[in-house]
Amino acid sequence: MSFPWAREYQPSNGFTRFLDEKLPLPRLVYNAVGAGYPVPRNLSYFWNFGVLAGFFLVLQIVTGVVLAMHYAANAQVAFATTEHIMRNVNWGWMMRYAHANGASFFFIVVYMHIFRGLFYSSYKAPREMIWLLGVVIFLLMMATAFMGYVLPWGQMSFWGAKVITGLFGAIPLVGEPIQIWLLGGFAPDNAALNRFFSLHFLLPFVIAGVVILHIWALHIPGSSNPTGVEVKSESDTVPFHPYYTAKDGFGLGVVLLAYFAMVFFLPNALGHPDNYIEANPLSTPAHIVPEWYFWPFYAILRAFTVDFILPAKLWGVIAMFASILLWFFLPWLDKSPVRSGHYRPLFRKFFWFGLIPTMIVLFICGGAPAEEPYVMLSQIATAYYFLHFLVILPIISSVEKPEPLPYSITEAVLGSDKKAVLGENTTPAV
Amino acid sequence: MTKLLSVRLVAILVGLGFAFVALFAFVIGAYNAATEEAAGHVPYEKPMDIAFSFDGPFGKWDKAQLQRGLKVYDEVCSACHSLKFVAFRNLEDLGYDEGQVKAYAASKQVPGIDPNTGEATTRPGLPTDYFPSPYPNAVAAAAANNNAIPPDLSLITKARGDGTNYVASLLMGYQAPSEELLAEHPEAAPGPGLHHNPYFPNLNLAMAAPLTTDGQVTYDDGTEATIEQMSKDVAAFLTWTAEPTLVKRKQTGWPVLIFLLFATILAYMSKQQIWAAVKPKKN
Repeated sequence: MSFPWAREYQPSNGFTRFLDEKLPLPRLVYNAVGAGYPVPRNLSYFWNFGVLAGFFLVLQIVTGVVLAMHYAANAQVAFATTEHIMRNVNWGWMMRYAHANGASFFFIVVYMHIFRGLFYSSYKAPREMIWLLGVVIFLLMMATAFMGYVLPWGQMSFWGAKVITGLFGAIPLVGEPIQIWLLGGFAPDNAALNRFFSLHFLLPFVIAGVVILHIWALHIPGSSNPTGVEVKSESDTVPFHPYYTAKDGFGLGVVLLAYFAMVFFLPNALGHPDNYIEANPLSTPAHIVPEWYFWPFYAILRAFTVDFILPAKLWGVIAMFASILLWFFLPWLDKSPVRSGHYRPLFRKFFWFGLIPTMIVLFICGGAPAEEPYVMLSQIATAYYFLHFLVILPIISSVEKPEPLPYSITEAVLGSDKKAVLGENTTPAV
Repeated sequence: MTKLLSVRLVAILVGLGFAFVALFAFVIGAYNAATEEAAGHVPYEKPMDIAFSFDGPFGKWDKAQLQRGLKVYDEVCSACHSLKFVAFRNLEDLGYDEGQVKAYAASKQVPGIDPNTGEATTRPGLPTDYFPSPYPNAVAAAAANNNAIPPDLSLITKARGDGTNYVASLLMGYQAPSEELLAEHPEAAPGPGLHHNPYFPNLNLAMAAPLTTDGQVTYDDGTEATIEQMSKDVAAFLTWTAEPTLVKRKQTGWPVLIFLLFATILAYMSKQQIWAAVKPKKN
């Protein structure tokens, strides 16, 4: 797809002409993230996080492949080979800290990306498929991150694997056989560690494949923007390159500063000390907690403490999966024709004073021990979480009176839309 | 249209259902909390905040301290605790030369195989060998220690929250439980074979105080070996064993951050320049 005014790729020499004829890869890149992709001119910094997520996916694959050269997925030696990487492999400590903190930063930027999608309702038509593929990517990321955390074979690795695979044990009748089948045994051991390693190596490439679909689907309607008003004319857009390559470059620099500050100065701050104790099936840690990026969902899992028709544990498991799977239905639950939260007064109130505090409470409760007041707080927050997406969002989208929208992106930026305000001037003076 | 309406209707029902069950659990929990007395935790102390040379973004090893810490480990801790991820060759980081490392390694007996008979035996260590374990296996370690296996110390400061301060505080913290504590929490009294220490999360641990008298270790550099000094020195040494690359890590971080800061400023300036043409004119 493209807008009619999208620039066309012009091969500049014999070699690129040859390539363009046989395998138009430069043309593909030009149209995907080059000057051939017209993008709304009013994107805020919240639109940086897609590119950043792509960056961290590549970073994780590169550091992960290097780590895999020195790691052995065997329960006897996994912990020792991890320490071997930290102590004996040249710059191995940096690779491992970069990979461990890279996972955290991957989730930080993806959560910002999802936050952007929720506030600006980026999931609405015509972008439903982009959103659906994004939820698939997020689910794959969660699976990949969980299995990666098992690989060092520390105490939290082992007990995390036990708790999470134990969730499947809550399924009535077939739960226990499924759990044993998933683990390849009654408890996490060599069979589980080996398959987790195999899948942890495989899934990032599956993610990369779905990311390609995600970007492909994005290029059909083009990027959304903070007004939620669709692109109307050429003056609403600028070419991705150089405008957004430059803006993303600056955003990447800022995020990398924070990332490398963590890698070099606080590399274990986001981890759990117990994972530096070798896995011991006979010694249960005092508090089993997943990595921080799972805390909100872990809080939902643990919020269901009372049997009600179904056992409490099964409620927790269903609710935890439902809390993410319900995102698949958002495009059809929120029927307001206005996309941007900036023009939706009621939606905005529930978003900032309902959903955001709820996510913060769930995050804190998920990382806290299962005791009061955290359990009760997580129960209220869990109730609100489901009410927000499944009840409040459908209702406000039909009762709310949106604020007036600007005529076009150009009007939102310049105050008026007299066609060709930009004219030929879209290329910066060099 | 009716189909889409039913999607929202189902969603509302499902949402109310989850919310109801969560709030039901909340009500039951609140009722229980109101009617039952909560079992209070016995409080334990957070580790003392001790200043070490390797703290902070510019921290460096105090090699004399690490050498003293090695001596404390060697003469006290190594009787029960292994250090299996540390090789003798690593001791060059502490400021020892090759000859000293060789001599130190040779003073330790490590497991070996008799070249003539093939039987298990011991031989003097080489720099490439790792610190030998005080016990042949975990069963022997448990048998000698009232079933409590002394943990390997290689990673101990990373395996505990605020680990360096924790190890030093624990070693200095052995004391009889206070009267007030016992009055409030009678269960805090040490059981048979246990020793009270307010820095240990369970308050009572199997390890008896390892550093009991000043001068227990004679330091080669003339530093007075008080219990406090020995505790800090061995905590510093165990910080090095947990992460020998700690100082190198911090020293690598600075050029990376300075480079990135410079690159980010340049990226910002080029972004400003590129966007100048399409930014609305300021009034």
